[in-house]
Amino acid sequence: MQTLLGALINGLALGMAYALIAVGYSMVFGVLRLINFSHGSVYAFGAYMVYFFVSLKVGLFPSILIAILLSGLLALGIDKVALEPLRKKKSIPIATLITTIGMSFIITNTLSIDYIFGSEKHGFPSLNLFGSLMIGNITIQSSQVIMLIVAVILMLALTFIVQRTKVGLAMRAIEQNSKAASLMGINVNFVISFTFFIGGACAAIAGALIAGYYGIISPGMGSTIGLKAFAAAVVGGIGVLHGAVVGGLVVGVAECLAAQYLGSNVRDPMAFVILILILIIRPTGFFGKKGITKV
Amino acid sequence: MKNKGLLHSFERAVDRFKWPLAVALAALLIYTPRFAFMTPANMRIAIMILIYAMLGMGLNVLIGYTGLVSLGHAGFYGIGAYTCALLMTKLDWPFWPALLAAGCMAAVVGLLLGLPTLRLSGTYLSIVTLGFCEIVQMILKQWEPVTNGNYGIRNIPKPLLFGLKLDMKNGGLFYLTLALVVLTALACMAIRNSKVGRAFLAIKDDELAATMMGVRTARYKILAFVISAFITGLGGGVYCVVANGYIEPTSFVFNTSVMILSVVIVGGLGTIRGMVFGSALLWLFPQVFRFLNEWRFVIYGVLLVVMMQFRPQGALGWRSTLPYRFSRRARRMIQDKGLKDPGKEA
Repeated sequence: MQTLLGALINGLALGMAYALIAVGYSMVFGVLRLINFSHGSVYAFGAYMVYFFVSLKVGLFPSILIAILLSGLLALGIDKVALEPLRKKKSIPIATLITTIGMSFIITNTLSIDYIFGSEKHGFPSLNLFGSLMIGNITIQSSQVIMLIVAVILMLALTFIVQRTKVGLAMRAIEQNSKAASLMGINVNFVISFTFFIGGACAAIAGALIAGYYGIISPGMGSTIGLKAFAAAVVGGIGVLHGAVVGGLVVGVAECLAAQYLGSNVRDPMAFVILILILIIRPTGFFGKKGITKV
Repeated sequence: MKNKGLLHSFERAVDRFKWPLAVALAALLIYTPRFAFMTPANMRIAIMILIYAMLGMGLNVLIGYTGLVSLGHAGFYGIGAYTCALLMTKLDWPFWPALLAAGCMAAVVGLLLGLPTLRLSGTYLSIVTLGFCEIVQMILKQWEPVTNGNYGIRNIPKPLLFGLKLDMKNGGLFYLTLALVVLTALACMAIRNSKVGRAFLAIKDDELAATMMGVRTARYKILAFVISAFITGLGGGVYCVVANGYIEPTSFVFNTSVMILSVVIVGGLGTIRGMVFGSALLWLFPQVFRFLNEWRFVIYGVLLVVMMQFRPQGALGWRSTLPYRFSRRARRMIQDKGLKDPGKEA
């Protein structure tokens, strides 16, 4: 029972962090119909930036803020440098996909160059700021609580942006029909860049939270988590904001339970087992819209 | 059709001297293992180039011909390699039937994966294949009594051909892979020029129109999956005897899928020549630029990005400018009717 509760709490905290990454995939997919494979590396970049500025003695919170800004700019830069020209040329979708994969290669391998950060693992300042709480035999670390609270606040903020602001309205319009949106006077490229920025910023926050939870970072940290978060986004219904949350939570809890009861090797693939089941039973995910033409 | 340019004259020249060029290329390839620079390490790279050319051809049937994007071909590759290796080590099968079984096993899995995922299209199909690869990975790691988990399979014997052991030293493995690549290439060309291949291309261009023309799209999509998986499985079977005598699950991860996909895209979607070229480029690149140390992987990424910007059809991907060649039967029909052969005029 205690292990079950412990796994559940762990899963909920991790799941919310996954949701933060999943949002980036989901929003970009919404506006571009593109799986952005460079997103995982932006997440790793975010964590590394926090590490870097903390090591410059900037302090944890300013570092996180700078990292958020830089990661957002990085994601925006990826769009401006590589993806926007392809959109202008009306390139084939797979070219865009390969471009994002190439971008993730560039970022991940730049991080692992010896005199930049090196390919070895680094310790990361723990976010376990307020110690841990014992209830009965269950330990709740404050890093888990922080992860949960921060992620919930951010998701609410994102929902507000998408549902209540003008940019959000534009995003939803582009999601429905980007051509019509542009005819209505929406600056499509600006909105897409904005989407990338938000996605990158969320990934950086998730990077700081997860790295602070595990206390370790490595250049390849984004690849597995990126794929898992992507799976979470699809499970919840890609292109839908609350879908990302539910997907993230489902994946997070499922993998913690699997790690607890089936062995640690099952942990990472769990997300994909759920993914395939969901796609076969309900191809659009939990909350996916029926009307979306799948390209 | 004027203004055909350099590419056209090049293609004409290649077409005119097709046979001498083919003989020269064959002689060169047959002599390859004897070259002085063919150290065991270089030999391994040469073989890996051939294997990835084969994997590329497998994926090409899916992406290049049918227009379905798979991000999980490492899964089929792994299934092929493990099937072949397990049959050879645990059941003492000879190499050849084991290789065939590897292809068939992958094809069966391809069929099983293809059936339920048919109602998904485009991106969603890619996502399922991605998940498929991760699940294969999990099974390889987790099913310890059979796959030996993370340790992989060791002591895989070398294949025998009429009592002759094929290994690195006598170049036998190189010839084996080469022969399979040539066979695969011929098979792919035959498929492309057949009714099946035309159905694939029709689905790629416009699925709805293809359905309207009476192409049973569902059936052909599954067929493409099966053929693609079969070729990739064969590639895996060859890999298991080539790789230093052991295989492990980490050789068949998402990055492997990406590598196969890059071969197809960088070489030239839908072409055979592109697969060989793409594979050679992507394998030789890190070797030639070894002096760049870790930067070469960054540059590898830059290469992919730049390539997609300026040549998304791949290095050798171009639409043939040669006149369409009719089949012998069609040509006879044309002659019978006293028409001019359109293939001869250009």
